[in-house]
Amino acid sequence: MTGTEYQRHPTVAAETPALTERLRRLWETAPGFYGWLATVDHKKIGIRYIVTAFVFLITGGIEALVFRLQLTWSNLHLLTPEQYDQLFTMHGMTMIFLYAGPVLSGFSNYLWPLLLGSRDMALPRLNALSYWIYLFAGVVLYSGFVVGFGPDAGWFNYVPLAARAYNDGPNIDLYALGMILLGISTTVGAINFIVTFLRMRCPGMSVNRVPILVWGTLTASAANIFAIPAVSLAFLLLWMDRNLGTHFFDVGAGGSALLWQHLFWMFGHPWVYAIVLPAMGMVSDGLPVFCRRPLVGYSVVALATVATMVLGFGVWVHHMFATGLPGISLSFFSAASIVIALPSAVGVFAWLATIWTGRPVFTTPFLFFASFIILFTIGGVSGYMTGSVPVDWQLTDTYFVVAHLHYVLIGINVFPVVGAVYFWFPKFFGRMMNERLGRWNFWTMFLGFNLGFFPMHISGLLGMPRRIYTYNEGMGWDWVNLVTTAGSFLFAAGVLIFLYNVFVSLKRGAPAGNNPWDAPTLEWATSSPPPPYNFAVIPAVASRHPLWEDRLGEGERSVISSGPVLEQGREALGTTPLDAVANIILKMPGDTLVPLGLALAMTLLTIGLALVNWLVAALGVALVAAAIMIWLWPRAGLGETVEDP
Amino acid sequence: MSDLPQELPVGAMDTRASGWWAMIFTVFTEASLFAYLLFSYYYLAVQSHAPGTFPEGGPPPLLIAAVNTAILLTSSVAVGWAQLGIEHNKKWRLVAGLGAGAVLGVIFLAIQCFEWSGQSFGLSSTPYSSLYYVITGFHMAHVVVGVLMLLALTFWSGQGYFNSCRFAHIHIGALYWHFVDAVWLAVFFTFYITPLLGLKA
Repeated sequence: MTGTEYQRHPTVAAETPALTERLRRLWETAPGFYGWLATVDHKKIGIRYIVTAFVFLITGGIEALVFRLQLTWSNLHLLTPEQYDQLFTMHGMTMIFLYAGPVLSGFSNYLWPLLLGSRDMALPRLNALSYWIYLFAGVVLYSGFVVGFGPDAGWFNYVPLAARAYNDGPNIDLYALGMILLGISTTVGAINFIVTFLRMRCPGMSVNRVPILVWGTLTASAANIFAIPAVSLAFLLLWMDRNLGTHFFDVGAGGSALLWQHLFWMFGHPWVYAIVLPAMGMVSDGLPVFCRRPLVGYSVVALATVATMVLGFGVWVHHMFATGLPGISLSFFSAASIVIALPSAVGVFAWLATIWTGRPVFTTPFLFFASFIILFTIGGVSGYMTGSVPVDWQLTDTYFVVAHLHYVLIGINVFPVVGAVYFWFPKFFGRMMNERLGRWNFWTMFLGFNLGFFPMHISGLLGMPRRIYTYNEGMGWDWVNLVTTAGSFLFAAGVLIFLYNVFVSLKRGAPAGNNPWDAPTLEWATSSPPPPYNFAVIPAVASRHPLWEDRLGEGERSVISSGPVLEQGREALGTTPLDAVANIILKMPGDTLVPLGLALAMTLLTIGLALVNWLVAALGVALVAAAIMIWLWPRAGLGETVEDP
Repeated sequence: MSDLPQELPVGAMDTRASGWWAMIFTVFTEASLFAYLLFSYYYLAVQSHAPGTFPEGGPPPLLIAAVNTAILLTSSVAVGWAQLGIEHNKKWRLVAGLGAGAVLGVIFLAIQCFEWSGQSFGLSSTPYSSLYYVITGFHMAHVVVGVLMLLALTFWSGQGYFNSCRFAHIHIGALYWHFVDAVWLAVFFTFYITPLLGLKA
């Protein structure tokens, strides 16, 4: 390949058929199986992320339905205790690690370049790598379960229960190594989002003009790069304790069981915010479209997003209030946990004010986004309650906490995600989802969810502990559990209606057009589905609402129909981090199998460690090194070497 | 579109490469990893009650580790000298500096292995010994990765891939190497200095 010139004056023009044809040839993924494996298109990767995450959501949901049957009434024995332990552990792990985070990565992967007026993420190959590792980590995490050796010590996997002495067999080892692999996926994905934010925003999109979804994912990504090493390390140390005889968590030999809890929750609590802040961002961007006005309090909502995350690093001990830590520690972490209510309330009041002062259009996405506010408030209040040490001592490890975490995770993640599917489905596939089915979908899920999970507050207050396999009659827990089980099946029926609607709408949905909701942001300026290159000319924006400027009467006008064409190969425009002034023409990589190869090599290394087979592990390391070497070999076509090497 | 400057650089000009930004955040996440490792050390250190086990056999000898620290820091100077060289288009300085950095990294590794081989305790003796081997081992693994990076960069430099415009690869690799050297100071302080300051059981 020949070299790349050092400087160029980019051609500025309007979109023409010749240009779009040329760009399509440059950016389109190769056809067939090769293209399927080698694509680096953020839109394809985003859809893959979302579909895979939904497969895990359904799997984790079925696991929950099975053990809800077991808990329906006292003294039932549909499952053995061992099966029950594996099911609730797999359920928690699946929903928290394999669904809740990745589904938001999927939306952000698909949407970010479109929201930002860019042609791709900053690091497209890293994007592909992130997906493949996620998929393979999911396979590793499920591999034990499908052969009867699933992890069974709960998703937070406390020692000593998870130590070799009490939990022999491959189950915990596979959990530990799979989580380390998944951590790599999340980390490289997070780095990609941060770098994309810093340099891929179109000219004019200064930091105070990006959609709130971008703020949410950026904040979550920044948190992830600081938090994930804690859990990866915890799992690695556990694997070493179990297989190499180290004594990190071995109390008998002078180690500490609480060290596990600290490392796990130093990660775990920031992660909770990482899997809700982008979803809140989707609501902050989607809800105003159906209120026919801009979000109330953009700046404070963006700042509250960041503030929540910063505070979120200082609250992990509230998961450990009952472990006998010193009073001063409890006071500090209790105060921090309660203070987090402040930035959270900023969001709630901003959304309420947006509805109140707007002209709401009661579509399905609006129903999901608006109901999220209610569920978030209920989950927030129960979290505020357990942030108080004496209340927590009463309620810890009861169903009250289970109710709280499901209101938070389903309320702030699943409801916004389903709403976001209704909202962005027309952009993804060029067709509208069925509105009538949407209503049925919403009301079934909303009623089923509250019927299923609200009574858990009561069973918790009645003293029912988490994670018990069955209970005796006469505890007074039978009816409340029956209602919970009935509600969970109704909720599942709602999810089924949703899936049915997706399949029906993919085939027969009404054509959407570019901007079916008359929304204000850049993703609605391109066709539905977007072309491989997203934008034929790079837009330049002058406000937060480039497509609403006429009616809002904002001074300057964004320029969307003409701009730099960048057609000398796969090219994108790089801009400065704060003000988004164009400062470079980026050469972007195309289809490649290297990310898949690297992900496979990492998986081989993981398998080698799981088998404690050093030969296989060493082969994995060698292949990882080789794949990285091929990936990073300087290329003239990417403008990485001198013109004639 | 009048705010576009006349000319824009194309490709990975100087450090304006996405990979350079990515390496900055990779360093952040790696630094966090070491922070959690050292947190584990301090946490177990203050929780430990058996006398003479933390550190195992009393504070470790300072001299050899101090010399090794100097060797590692010198390698950073060599790599920095190479970086400044290519910015002024001095390609021989690039090859020499990177190569010297890699050699010093290998010497550091050899001395570390020598120190490991002289220890009276093994990985599974006590929590201290587990921490010692895992944390210094983690750091050595990073040095190995860094040395491989420097060797690849030395080879590519010898091929004439880089000049005063195209050197993003060099600065990306060098950033990682400087991090590996800097984080050693935290490891060194933790294992060799804090016991002398009284953090022991």
